[in-house]
Amino acid sequence: MKKYLNLFLTMLKIGLFTFGGGYAMIALLENEFVSTKKWIKKDEFLDMVAIAESTPGPIAINAATYIGYTVLGFWGALTATVAVCIPSFTIIYIISLFFDAFLSLTLVAYAFKGIQVCVIYLIFTAGMKLLKKMEKNPFNISILIIVVAAMVLTSLFAVNFSTVYYILIFGATGIFDYLISLIRSRKEADR
Amino acid sequence: MSYLKLFLTFFKIGAVSFGGGYGMISLIREEVLSNGWLEEEDLLNMIAVSESTPGPIAVNMATFIGSKQGGITGSMVATLGVILPSFIIILLIAALIRNLLKYKGVQGFLNGVRPCIIGLILATALNIFITTILNISTLSDFGNDYSGFNIRGFIILIMIIAISLITKYILQKKSSPIMMIIISAILGMIVYSV
Repeated sequence: MKKYLNLFLTMLKIGLFTFGGGYAMIALLENEFVSTKKWIKKDEFLDMVAIAESTPGPIAINAATYIGYTVLGFWGALTATVAVCIPSFTIIYIISLFFDAFLSLTLVAYAFKGIQVCVIYLIFTAGMKLLKKMEKNPFNISILIIVVAAMVLTSLFAVNFSTVYYILIFGATGIFDYLISLIRSRKEADR
Repeated sequence: MSYLKLFLTFFKIGAVSFGGGYGMISLIREEVLSNGWLEEEDLLNMIAVSESTPGPIAVNMATFIGSKQGGITGSMVATLGVILPSFIIILLIAALIRNLLKYKGVQGFLNGVRPCIIGLILATALNIFITTILNISTLSDFGNDYSGFNIRGFIILIMIIAISLITKYILQKKSSPIMMIIISAILGMIVYSV
């Protein structure tokens, strides 16, 4: 029971102090669970990070569920996930009650007009950072260009084409690309 | 407002958006705009609030929209919706298939999805630029009642880019998102008051 409480409080703390989303949280999690508590081994933690990044959903939630399960099974996963959400849920719920009243102040509204522009910049730089790290091969570059062009054009011509389809189509393309390389290497092996 | 719709929409967002934070924004934007839950400007405000408060953007967004649409119950339903897919998927992986990522087919899928996510993020930034700064929502209403280029917004954008370039190349420092948000709030107050 004591370990559940410990897990709950640690995740609550991490949920409260993680600004800037999932990646910032990874460092905090490692510090708590690998270095300090030694509940998880370093290589297992790295596997966890790879899985949390590669599966859908918020990275923070994925990581919390995985760590909770590794440490204390199903109820550990539930404890960790609930705990990591409580701070942001509470804070945002309170903000949601007062946000409109806050925005009705003229100067605040002006400030948010500036902030809205900044968010465009933030989204763009987040994309550019990932682009810099991306391996620049023809496969990646062509997918990137197709997605950007299609997204902008469908938006301009008011065509409904869900983001979900892009993910499914290019996920399938990735699998297809793997199968082709598999067939090719088999053929070469036959020769 | 049906709670089921809130739940299902956020469940879908949680289930199919890869890449965390900004990777999820393209789908969140599409869903909240098409359901009429938020206007483009509200969405940008929310992203800024999410950046300046702790916690995952998707959870923050779900809580906020849920609360606006259905009070405390709405916010719980939406938040539960966005978390549940992660919870189920990760439990399955942790309990049954820890070596999921070692399968070549899964790697192939992710190889295709990764550049796609980068494209979605960049395109979302471009689309928001087009709707809020160029003030064009679709080409068809461009001819009829074009309400005009958002000159103040454009000035602020140029100043933000200039400030970030100066911080990076002249001061040799990293500019954090929160710092940029605070600077842009000040710029907004100045530029829109004039």
